[in-house]
Amino acid sequence: MTVIANQQSEAAVEKREDLITLTIDDVEVSVPKGTLVIRAAELIGVEVPRFCDHPLLDPVGACRQCLVEVPDGGTGRPIPKPQASCTLEVAPGMKIKTQLTSPVADKAQRGNMEFLLINHPLDCPICDKGGECPLQNQAMSHGYAESRFTDEKRTYPKPINISANVLLDRERCVLCARCTRFSEQIAGDPFIALIERGALQQVGIYEKEPLESYFSGNTIQICPVGALTSAAYRFRSRPFDLISTPSIAEHDACGSAIRVDHRRGKVMRRLAGDDPAVNEEWITDKDRFAHRYGDGEDRLTRPLVRDGNVLRPASWPEAIDVAVRGLKAAGSSVGVLTGGRLTLEDAYGYSKFARAVLGTNNIDFRARQHSAEEADFLAHAVAGTEQNVSFADLENASAVLLVCLEPEEEAGMIFLRLRKAFRKKQLATWTLAPYASSGTRKMGAQLIACVPGEEASVLDQLNTGDDSTDDRIAEIGFDAKSVILVGERAAGLSGTLSACLRLAERTGARLAWVPRRAGDRGAVEAGCLPNLLPGGRPVSDAAARVDTQTTWGVESLPWLEGRDADEILIAAADVELEALVVAGVDPNDFVDPQGVLEGLEAIGFMVSLETRASMVTERADVVFPVSLMHERAGTFMNWEGRRRHFDIVLEQPNEMSDLRVLAALADGLGTDLGFRTASQARAELDELGTWEGLRSEAPDYPAGEPAEPDGSSVLLATWRMALDESRALDGEPYLQATARAAEARMSPGTAAAAGIAGVAVISNDRGSMTLPAVIDSEMNDGVVWLPSRTPRLGIPQHLATSAGDLVTLGSADELAVSDDMEASE
Amino acid sequence: MTDPLTPVLTANWGEERAWQLSNYERRGGYDGLRSALQMDPAEVVTLVKDSGLRGRGGAGFPTGMKWGFIPQDNPKPKYLVVNADESEPGTCKDIPLMMASPHTLVEGVIISAYAIRAHHAFIYVRGEVLHVVRRLQQAVREAYSAGYAGQDILGSGYHLEIIVHAGAGAYICGEETALLDSLEGRRGQPRLRPPFPAVAGLYACPTVINNVESIASVPSIIANGDDWFSSMGTEKSKGMTIYSLSGHVTNPGQFEAPLGITLRQLLDLAGGIREGHQLKFWTPGGSSTPMLTDAHLDVPLDYEAVAGVKSMLGTKALQCFDETTSIVRTVLRWTEFYKHESCGKCTPCREGTWWLVQILKRMEAGRGEQGDIEKLLDLCDNILGRSFCALGDGATSPITSAIQYFRDEFEAAMHTPAWELFPYERSTIFVREPAGAGA
Repeated sequence: MTVIANQQSEAAVEKREDLITLTIDDVEVSVPKGTLVIRAAELIGVEVPRFCDHPLLDPVGACRQCLVEVPDGGTGRPIPKPQASCTLEVAPGMKIKTQLTSPVADKAQRGNMEFLLINHPLDCPICDKGGECPLQNQAMSHGYAESRFTDEKRTYPKPINISANVLLDRERCVLCARCTRFSEQIAGDPFIALIERGALQQVGIYEKEPLESYFSGNTIQICPVGALTSAAYRFRSRPFDLISTPSIAEHDACGSAIRVDHRRGKVMRRLAGDDPAVNEEWITDKDRFAHRYGDGEDRLTRPLVRDGNVLRPASWPEAIDVAVRGLKAAGSSVGVLTGGRLTLEDAYGYSKFARAVLGTNNIDFRARQHSAEEADFLAHAVAGTEQNVSFADLENASAVLLVCLEPEEEAGMIFLRLRKAFRKKQLATWTLAPYASSGTRKMGAQLIACVPGEEASVLDQLNTGDDSTDDRIAEIGFDAKSVILVGERAAGLSGTLSACLRLAERTGARLAWVPRRAGDRGAVEAGCLPNLLPGGRPVSDAAARVDTQTTWGVESLPWLEGRDADEILIAAADVELEALVVAGVDPNDFVDPQGVLEGLEAIGFMVSLETRASMVTERADVVFPVSLMHERAGTFMNWEGRRRHFDIVLEQPNEMSDLRVLAALADGLGTDLGFRTASQARAELDELGTWEGLRSEAPDYPAGEPAEPDGSSVLLATWRMALDESRALDGEPYLQATARAAEARMSPGTAAAAGIAGVAVISNDRGSMTLPAVIDSEMNDGVVWLPSRTPRLGIPQHLATSAGDLVTLGSADELAVSDDMEASE
Repeated sequence: MTDPLTPVLTANWGEERAWQLSNYERRGGYDGLRSALQMDPAEVVTLVKDSGLRGRGGAGFPTGMKWGFIPQDNPKPKYLVVNADESEPGTCKDIPLMMASPHTLVEGVIISAYAIRAHHAFIYVRGEVLHVVRRLQQAVREAYSAGYAGQDILGSGYHLEIIVHAGAGAYICGEETALLDSLEGRRGQPRLRPPFPAVAGLYACPTVINNVESIASVPSIIANGDDWFSSMGTEKSKGMTIYSLSGHVTNPGQFEAPLGITLRQLLDLAGGIREGHQLKFWTPGGSSTPMLTDAHLDVPLDYEAVAGVKSMLGTKALQCFDETTSIVRTVLRWTEFYKHESCGKCTPCREGTWWLVQILKRMEAGRGEQGDIEKLLDLCDNILGRSFCALGDGATSPITSAIQYFRDEFEAAMHTPAWELFPYERSTIFVREPAGAGA
């Protein structure tokens, strides 16, 4: 049950002078003004039964289960009728009698419970919720043992889909409106609503507007009965057979607390954990449902060694031996690509392995578009800063500016927090983007429309005191309580990160970098960058190197900054490097996957540490299968810089973590890595600590200019959607079905210029894509926006280009079938 | 005995085309408005307060006091909403008033809106009565053309827009906050209070919601003075009001009389109970008010005296039933109405009415079970005062009062169908023609 007030902890630290004293069940309690009686009762340990009440939703008073007697409403006089304690605010001198001391309240509650049960089926033995059901539990604790209802129950055909993810058994529903209030208030996706009336009232959908929400799974979790069930989990297990382990979600950089439930060695489902500081009680559908990607046939179970053209299974000792020989031969002519999905400890392992064992700074976690400016930015403003801006800071901010960041798509919990701040505190959010997305509207954010490539110059004009030049430029009331959130996409738009730093400097606003992947922030901290050692130590700083050497007990560290990921791959293709160590990298995450594959194919020797067979493992010389998320312990550092530690959910004695493989390779190469478990690695990283010396200088790149469209060419705008062709969604057809449809979005002028009626063709010298066109009158002319990675319509695979580049826009009569599009590559 | 009737609101109902502006004006219509516009709005409020006018929609809350709750320092616009969603079973006063003399209401709306300094007034009419909606719309159009509504009314500088809004036919929308939700375009379900409509009502702005008859009474108070109004009625229930007699009455209809008249007097005016029959039970103000019997014929029909016999004056819908009527059948029909109209928001009303109907249906068929009467009473106890709004409370009134007065009929329902004890054709007044006949 999600009933315990987590707001109390926040309330407790607020100022204390406006406390109101009342008496509940003859116990005096003092609570802040505005507290609801049901919350105040919780403080003295009295649980009033409830269904519709939820601490994070607006009160509704619909279920009437929490009725209490009010002998004194604070006026000296009783309130004649029992009152719903979930809607009644405390008043000084108020006296409340709950079911514990009032026969009236007790009878009201029991009577109400009896009403709730008359139309509720007795199918608990086959209901997913049975065993963890607030209705079941409270019927036991606050209901009559026997029902007096002998007549006919209301029935419905069962069940109906309210989305691909969520099923509704209407006859189980107690009409508490938690799900509809969640969708409307928290997620801002009011696509489900109560329809009909009386006992036939039910949760309904509007066929023309499907429940399109990235947060729909939360409705299942807060449903106090088994009315909403998960399509993926329905009938899979009983709650009392599940073993629950708290963990941290791996699908974005928010570090949401989750609960992983497993049975007989298999993860059955994941739920939102309760962490008021981070994700409150919500998670994204991706974090909830996408957990079977490791269950497919492509899961690697044994080490593989290349034998001519084939990879053959090998023993661990043999595979390690082969890998050691290959790496030994390469010496320090190695590149290490770690991807953004590793834990802090694993990333630290690779960072140290590259420097102390291989002797190279050729290491980069950025398996995506990146730049030298970004590396400088991360070294200056992110690495070693630990917790800078928090979720609470966002909620309490005076203003928030989003740059190259679509929170709804890229960081779901930031989206929910900004929406909450907008609803509750009228937070003013601005977003620098090519168009106002649905997420932008739901956050109440104001659009500062710009074309891709123009971001930096717009930023440089903000809050300069001179807003006469451009009527888009609002004077945003920035102060020390304001926050600039810049997304990782800024790396691809020259000068943007520098301009963010300049703006923060100019206004006093705080700046936070929001990457997309769970391991990105930790990789920065661990030094998986060519210019950074762990803890924010600049490679180029001799003192920082000495500091690191001392802790690591090595005599020297490479002192030249290494190659970044693009340079490593180019060098590999040019046979300037002799070996690669690659972990958790998907070539399709890069701007030009073809170029990545060329590098991977040209390299003389490649070691791959992976969970599943991939385009990388296919080309590797040695493949080490490593543990899945739920088989390992570790820490994700979220975008806030908050360490989010998690333990092993499923013990797998035969599994190998990245760290154990790296340690074995290090042993073979004649150097002791110094640790082989996550906790050992974390201890060493803590011992090393963050760099207290001189930080590397802020990048000060000039604002780039957008490319000039000419003729039929337009500027490409794009970002990744929360649900797209990510391999993390494999094995989750229901979740995949809730992904947004692909579209090419453009202004009416752009569409007219290209003669587009319904279908747009976007092309360049690499290939073309055909998508339905959507006309957006708020967009600037000369820009087309597409989602980056719609399944079978990935920009990297088809166009190998990125935001800010020019593409050719044309029209087509109809959507080509996808096979043709594949052929156009 | 002098004629106890005091036709004010109903005075012109019998006249030729009473609904037309010219005919209304000929009788002094809109004189009240002219007087009101000479007064300060606060004076109008005081006058209505002093007249003792109480809400005619059922609850009897003093109208002037309600107006006084509107915070005049609130910078938001103020709204007047007229509750014309007359749906209470047996109630038939607002709809004939709007049908016969819509200008009485429209004039009242303009004066009342002026008093609370509102510039928008909404008349929320029950959607089923399309003819009334049309007549109201026509009256509002006439008022605009004559300069009684719109900009600079009668040169006073005061301006008002009047909007006639048709509901979609839901009893719950007579509940004032559900009405507001419906008027805003949402599903009609009652709102949480506080905030009260006077503070945050329509579009979260200060709003006065009054019954048609309350508002329609205002012009006469302005025209004739508060003393005139309070000279009628009883000590705490002032003025005249419309009583609707229906059921087994010789001449059913609307009777306008001072508050405090008795059913015995009204029945005399209506020619008594139909020939050869006697009164068995009656409702003082629609089915939501606990029923009374022939023992209560001399209870003064004002707010206090009816409350004194554990009922409510309500809408003054006097439904009279003679001795041929099965109490079980009657209560079942009413309960089916509440089940059908329950909005579904809260548990006790939604589930309780569902359950009550099933028990009563069995009882009507003579299949009552041991304990059913106690069950009915206990379920009513679990609904009354536990539901979100008064709809649930109203649903229990007929059941508990019926069992109080006619328990033996419920006991008989354990073995004998109601149609055997009380053959239904005997209580039928309007015989339905067989299908196809006379076509």
